[in-house]
Amino acid sequence: MNVQDVKIGILSVLASVAPELEAELLVPDRPLRRQVDLDSMDWLNFLVGLHQTFGVDIPEADYARLVTLDDIERYLFARLDRPQS
Amino acid sequence: MIEFRLPSLGADMDEGTLLEWKVQPGDILSKGQIVAIVDTSKAAVDIESWHEGEVARLLVQPGQLMPVGTVMALLLEPGETAADAERYQPDARLPASADAASAGPMQSGPVMAERRAVSPVARRRAGELGIDLQGVSGSGPNGVVTLQDVERAAGAAAPKDRPDGMRHAIAAAMSRSKREIPHYYLAEPIPMARALDWLAQENAARPVTERLLPAVLLLKAVALALRRYPEFNGTFIDGSFHPASRVNPGVAISLRQGGLIAPALFDADRRHLPELMRDLSDLVKRVRAGSLRSSELSESTITVTQLGDQGVESVFGVIYPPQVALVGFGRVTERPWVEGGKIVVRSVLTASLAADHRVSDGHRGGLFLAALRDLMQQPEALDAAPSGETK
Repeated sequence: MNVQDVKIGILSVLASVAPELEAELLVPDRPLRRQVDLDSMDWLNFLVGLHQTFGVDIPEADYARLVTLDDIERYLFARLDRPQS
Repeated sequence: MIEFRLPSLGADMDEGTLLEWKVQPGDILSKGQIVAIVDTSKAAVDIESWHEGEVARLLVQPGQLMPVGTVMALLLEPGETAADAERYQPDARLPASADAASAGPMQSGPVMAERRAVSPVARRRAGELGIDLQGVSGSGPNGVVTLQDVERAAGAAAPKDRPDGMRHAIAAAMSRSKREIPHYYLAEPIPMARALDWLAQENAARPVTERLLPAVLLLKAVALALRRYPEFNGTFIDGSFHPASRVNPGVAISLRQGGLIAPALFDADRRHLPELMRDLSDLVKRVRAGSLRSSELSESTITVTQLGDQGVESVFGVIYPPQVALVGFGRVTERPWVEGGKIVVRSVLTASLAADHRVSDGHRGGLFLAALRDLMQQPEALDAAPSGETK
């Protein structure tokens, strides 16, 4: 799985939580929750979706580091299990 | 003969459109069974039966718009037969049976112009696409708008606002509230450090699929405080207060396309936190998908609104009639706090109460908020088995 796959995976989870979202309008280095209006339940469902898609369990203590789409992408990419690559 | 009528699902509903029957003549109904799906301005609602009996006749057809109270079906009481149902005339004095239901089996054909019959999945898709359903012609039975119709219209139509039925419904209920209910408002800061620490510890041990939100602690604390102050839990109907026997807080959930719904979380005072979290999560999903049960819309006993996620520090709500109170929570903020003569920094959340002065006074309201504040200081006790105990 490369960086592009991770990006696509994140956006597809996001679209399931916020179907009205227009992904091309998102600015990847600006706070995501300001751009998408995710409440705490949406945010939790987003994380559950990331967990299901990538198999990465994000502890609550790490939430503060996941502000922008870029943050989330880097975070997931660093934790993906990819011994084959 | 039992007349099965379209129930009112709240102060903001006066009609509904039958989308689909879930039973047919000959079926034996049990209480709580889903009888039909009815489209309201807020959602496609599964209408549950509160009777038991055999279904004898269905008097309304899919696509038909009905006022609240319409006799939708006839159920047999013990000893009655289908022949009794054939002869039976629903009571014509009731507004409901005026022209719709008393005419007996419905003539099919073009349906009403005002509201459209739309399948739930089509409605959801239309919401996602921003399609105005008024402009979509239905190709389903009796002109019901189907998913294909919406998809087809999506190709043609420029995105427009969702039908403004929801806005009208909210306007009607809130205007009535402000006209009839003498509100008073109180607020109290709630120190949140203990609750948040406890939650962080709990969640550290839980996989992401089982994590708890602070909202669940707050809902449970509200429910327990209501057991001590029952004058905030119930309805005001025909000039008098009717305390509720259960604690079913309606949770205000905003819709992405605008508007909100506040369906009930049943018996919140009796549930463990993980159970309450699952119920809340399920409710949010179903609200967003536009699929609710009638009891969830008609049996809430108070409303709880939480606007902290949107960043506001406090919220003073408008009571949803015929309820008599609304509890509002703002955002958790770090504030200077005086403790033992020193200024320290604490996480604090403002809880507010809007209550009906016909039923309660500010003094009791203050005690209620104080109880809520104290309950939030013992988060582990909020999770404890709550069943019969009262304090």
